[in-house]
Amino acid sequence: MKPSRVYAIVLRQFWLIRGSFARVFPLFAWAAIDIILWGFISRYLGVFTAAGIDFVPIFLGAVLFWDFFIRVMQGVTMAFFEDVWSRNFLNLFATPLSVSEYVTGLVLSSVGTSAIGLAVMILLATAAFGLPFAAYGLMAVPFLLILFVFGVSLGIFACAMVLRLGPAAEWFVWPIPALISPFAGVFYPIATLPAWMQGVAYALPPAYVFEGLRAVVAGGTVPAGALARGGILAAAGLLLACGFFARTYRHTVRTGLLARYTAESVS
Amino acid sequence: MSGLAAAPVLSVSGLRKRYGDTPAVDGVSFAVGRREIVGLLGPNGAGKTTTINMILGVLEPSAGSIRVAGLDVATRRSKALERTSFAAVYAPLPGNLSLERNLRIFGLLYGVPDVRARVDDAIRRLDLDALRGRKCGVLSSGEQTRASLAKALVSDPDLLLLDEPTASLDPATARDIRVKIREFAAERGCGVLWTSHNMFEVQEICDRVLFLSHGRILLEGDPRALPAQHGKASLEELFIAVAREPLSLEQGAAP
Repeated sequence: MKPSRVYAIVLRQFWLIRGSFARVFPLFAWAAIDIILWGFISRYLGVFTAAGIDFVPIFLGAVLFWDFFIRVMQGVTMAFFEDVWSRNFLNLFATPLSVSEYVTGLVLSSVGTSAIGLAVMILLATAAFGLPFAAYGLMAVPFLLILFVFGVSLGIFACAMVLRLGPAAEWFVWPIPALISPFAGVFYPIATLPAWMQGVAYALPPAYVFEGLRAVVAGGTVPAGALARGGILAAAGLLLACGFFARTYRHTVRTGLLARYTAESVS
Repeated sequence: MSGLAAAPVLSVSGLRKRYGDTPAVDGVSFAVGRREIVGLLGPNGAGKTTTINMILGVLEPSAGSIRVAGLDVATRRSKALERTSFAAVYAPLPGNLSLERNLRIFGLLYGVPDVRARVDDAIRRLDLDALRGRKCGVLSSGEQTRASLAKALVSDPDLLLLDEPTASLDPATARDIRVKIREFAAERGCGVLWTSHNMFEVQEICDRVLFLSHGRILLEGDPRALPAQHGKASLEELFIAVAREPLSLEQGAAP
């Protein structure tokens, strides 16, 4: 892997984002709206409950972590879509760039964009609603790490899907976080779900993060085994997603789809 | 002129590509030497772009081998593509970045040592100085073609693949471009594979031509001598004969 090629992919994203309000704004705008919305909902819920229960770290914190996951996933897919929209695949893949260098570039671009979103969310949630982010302590690190790896995995998987099915498949990508959210237990314990949904939930890394988050807020500890399972699942997901992307890329090269990408199929 | 006495910069052997039962390229073999400009000619759908895509590694051959500067594209793709670049009207530079930034990105992707200097050189070579800060999307089609050529030159390639590089250029600019490409090939020892439907251009620029029809090479030779060898008055007439009566040329040789 040549760092200069990875750098080229990241630099292109940086230049595209820096020069465009339409790209900078979504990096934090939707996440900020979510924080504001859930900040007020958390405050309102506090009115109906016994003194001492603070919904801000429960709901607002959960929204912050969940939005971080979405930013990570979309950071990868948006960087990929830039090449879809500018019909750049032929130019890119006719260079020495390898698939692993390209995907690494997309992921590093996402690190930058999701970090901006996270910083804005923490700032807003803390300043406007008093979210005690420090209360999560060091556990915030593995929580964020698991969500980051899972977000990257889903982002790579989504890119592979669009690479395989053509530009119109972009519309399959946007609802992916919404499809996962009922199983992730962002706002409720996994035990609330019916048995079959619990089975699905525990196959997804975010479930372990949000269960852990609630345990920390309740003053308990996070079982190390559960957190490790979440981490292993996220890592496995990343390997599977990378394998899927590489396989899809080989398919597009073999069938000629890569060279005629806008045709969406070679039949 | 032929650089084939030395090791060819491009060596294609038994190249085939089939889509189901349909052959797009059917057992093509040829070589391009250093400082040699080879024209790949043929009617639409003859297999020219398919051949170029396979050389670029964006399309997997069904059979055969491709070597660039001795490097097998199938097994040493990145190394082979470091030596190869291309320009085509159907692959313009991304419109949402400036010309200079696009060239710097591609310079980095090709692993060019001194990117800024190489970008400056490519921009100067193609008279694009006034456009260096402009977004590629707002360039005219002729300017975009020159921008694409600048991208192809920025990596200082051993092999240059040009798919109808002058298709959208006015005759004066097209002539300038031909001169510049000829100079570049001679100066850097680069081999060029050039497709065009402009037979005047082909006669002017190409040292050798390959006529492709239905995925096979029917004829090969000097574009200035080939028409007479096949009883045709011009290269254009020969082209039309290849397009309309390929079997007569394949079987009959010269009348």
